[in-house]
Amino acid sequence: MDVKFIGIFNEKKSAISSRWLDAMIASYPNDNSGFLMNQKDRFANPVGYTFTIGIEGIIEVLVKGEDFSESVSFLEDIIKVRAIQDFTPAKAMAFVFQLKTIVREELGKEIRQNQIYDALLDFESKIDDLALTAFDIYVKYREQIYELRTDELKRMTFSLLKKANLMSEIPDQEFEHKDQK
Amino acid sequence: MAPKVKLPKPGELAKIEFKTPATDWMDTPVEFKPGTFCWGSKEKDLLTLGLPNPRQWSPADEDWKVPEGWETTILEGMAERLSKYRSFKIFMDICVRCGACADKCHFYIATGDPKNMPVLRAELIRSVYKKYFTKSGKFLGRLAGARELDMDVLKEWWSYFFQCTECRRCSVFCPYGIDQAEVTIIGRELLNLVGLNIDWISGPVANCYMKGNHLGLEPHAIAGNIESMVDDIEDITGIRVNPTFNRKGAEILFITPSGDLLGEPGIQTCMGYLMLFHELGLDYTWSTYASEGGNFGFFTSNDMAKRLNYKIYAEAKRLGVKYIIGGECGHMWRVLNQYMDTWHGPADFLEVPVSPITGTVFENARSTKMIHISEFTADLIKHNKLNLDPTRNDHLKVTFHDSCNPSRGMGLLDEPREIIKAVCNNFYEMPENTIREKTFCCGAGSGLNASENMEQRMRGGFPRANAVKYVQEKHGVNMLANICAVDRAHFPALMDYWNPGVGVTGVTELLANALVMKGEKERTTNLRFEDLPGKGGNE
Repeated sequence: MDVKFIGIFNEKKSAISSRWLDAMIASYPNDNSGFLMNQKDRFANPVGYTFTIGIEGIIEVLVKGEDFSESVSFLEDIIKVRAIQDFTPAKAMAFVFQLKTIVREELGKEIRQNQIYDALLDFESKIDDLALTAFDIYVKYREQIYELRTDELKRMTFSLLKKANLMSEIPDQEFEHKDQK
Repeated sequence: MAPKVKLPKPGELAKIEFKTPATDWMDTPVEFKPGTFCWGSKEKDLLTLGLPNPRQWSPADEDWKVPEGWETTILEGMAERLSKYRSFKIFMDICVRCGACADKCHFYIATGDPKNMPVLRAELIRSVYKKYFTKSGKFLGRLAGARELDMDVLKEWWSYFFQCTECRRCSVFCPYGIDQAEVTIIGRELLNLVGLNIDWISGPVANCYMKGNHLGLEPHAIAGNIESMVDDIEDITGIRVNPTFNRKGAEILFITPSGDLLGEPGIQTCMGYLMLFHELGLDYTWSTYASEGGNFGFFTSNDMAKRLNYKIYAEAKRLGVKYIIGGECGHMWRVLNQYMDTWHGPADFLEVPVSPITGTVFENARSTKMIHISEFTADLIKHNKLNLDPTRNDHLKVTFHDSCNPSRGMGLLDEPREIIKAVCNNFYEMPENTIREKTFCCGAGSGLNASENMEQRMRGGFPRANAVKYVQEKHGVNMLANICAVDRAHFPALMDYWNPGVGVTGVTELLANALVMKGEKERTTNLRFEDLPGKGGNE
């Protein structure tokens, strides 16, 4: 990635992180007391903590210009939380795209001065990649909610079904045998 | 040609309302979104129990089919409880809105929804109390924080009192000691007066009333389930344990939540009880009548809890036992430790529990005559009465979740830890502000571990799971031990979502795996038929 762009970005990194976090917390308009933002203890405020650490992690990976797969775990942690809160899919995922706006607004002047529009477009493509990954993650966790329900039912009834001879386990050996064929 | 679709404008979907909601909390009605509430109670269960207003209804419907004149019923119910329970009256009057409780509720922490702050949850009912029972509220109305009771308020009560798990974490931090669980309990009692409960509570209560346990297992099913556990124990250890049922003249009656009789990992905990008692040669019996330690009546009303609890002493009397041991359960112990003696005591026909192995007198149970399996076992370990091989649990890195009721409700904090330390070589505590008295609720207590509210459960359990994540990352923890049947039912799902790779176990299962029984064959698997470390054929 463009060295100049990285330099400019690094200078404004903390401002970008904090604006991104602000934008994300703003999606909880009921939080009048500012709890999610102000309580810094990671165990007393797991949502705020997950977002803070996640945002810093993602930005770090993006700016290093390395393979963004390193940021996937941070993205996962954030999306896991948003997937079970009262959000429509669009609202749950909007935070990824908000980064674009924030970066444009924060770095706009320097980008114009240095004529590095291409670098900005490159960077925005990375955010697009991030967004696509984010969709996969979101759907994965939404699907898991339904799987949890069926798994729970199985755990509750498995021993009964087994006892009534309505279910039998396939021994490991048979499995291996079939696999070899 | 494809039909013209109206696409949202750029940025439209991502547009987030930055302003706080335009409406005050009193003017913000509840929305019922699937995944965040439990189904309503069923007609047949309310009929079985003789509870008011049996009918088919759904919380998702506009019309909840509450009876004509329901407002009077609720207000009269409130008046009755204000005069009957001094605690409720004080809790309504005393709160100074200091906010100490506000950020202590796991539901608030995970949602940021202010109505999940304990102070505001109580205010839902307090505002109505003010309107109808205080002068300031009658005359000043909203200025004094008072409001009329209407259908929206009733729905709000239902939503938020069935979003409180009665865990009492907030009350630990309240300078006045206001017990939000009691406010929720009264709130639920009032709702029950007009037929508003949830299916996951009224179903088990009806089962328990008719069959003696929440799952509705009949005597042959209970005996059959335990028999199949006995078979499994024989396969694993080579020893055939011989439990007895409804045996008159036994020294001890053993009662556990029925969740331990069905479903994993409850049954492994139950196998643990069977093995431990056999090894000790304990003179004990199971009951197929008093076959439930838990009490979902406690989540319905005081009267219902009392009605379901009656069978425990009645059965102890019928069988002529000396005292009672109870299994690993959560709210069961709040009921047994704090209510049973008042309802049905004193149990003069029983004796103060004395361990037949160590001679320890359980003074703490002098009145109730019922002791917790963990205190019984910890005492055995302290006196070196068990032959234990903790290396059998060497593949496990264990952390312990304090269940709300045994920890905050009866102070059972160290006993389970002593057991775990004796049977496992790798034990790691979660951070200080998430354990012991300050433990975070599992997120599904007080009857909220239904499956239709899975999202709500994942939210409520997030603070707990977040602390587990910390020890998982720091120490490689892969097993979450607990002494509660609801934990064992709910945690597997919570761990699968938040902390994949962390299993769930009862403390007695860990003990039974480490227990070297007299005359046992060399064990190659644990109670889950998984290879023991260094002993398996498939390694």
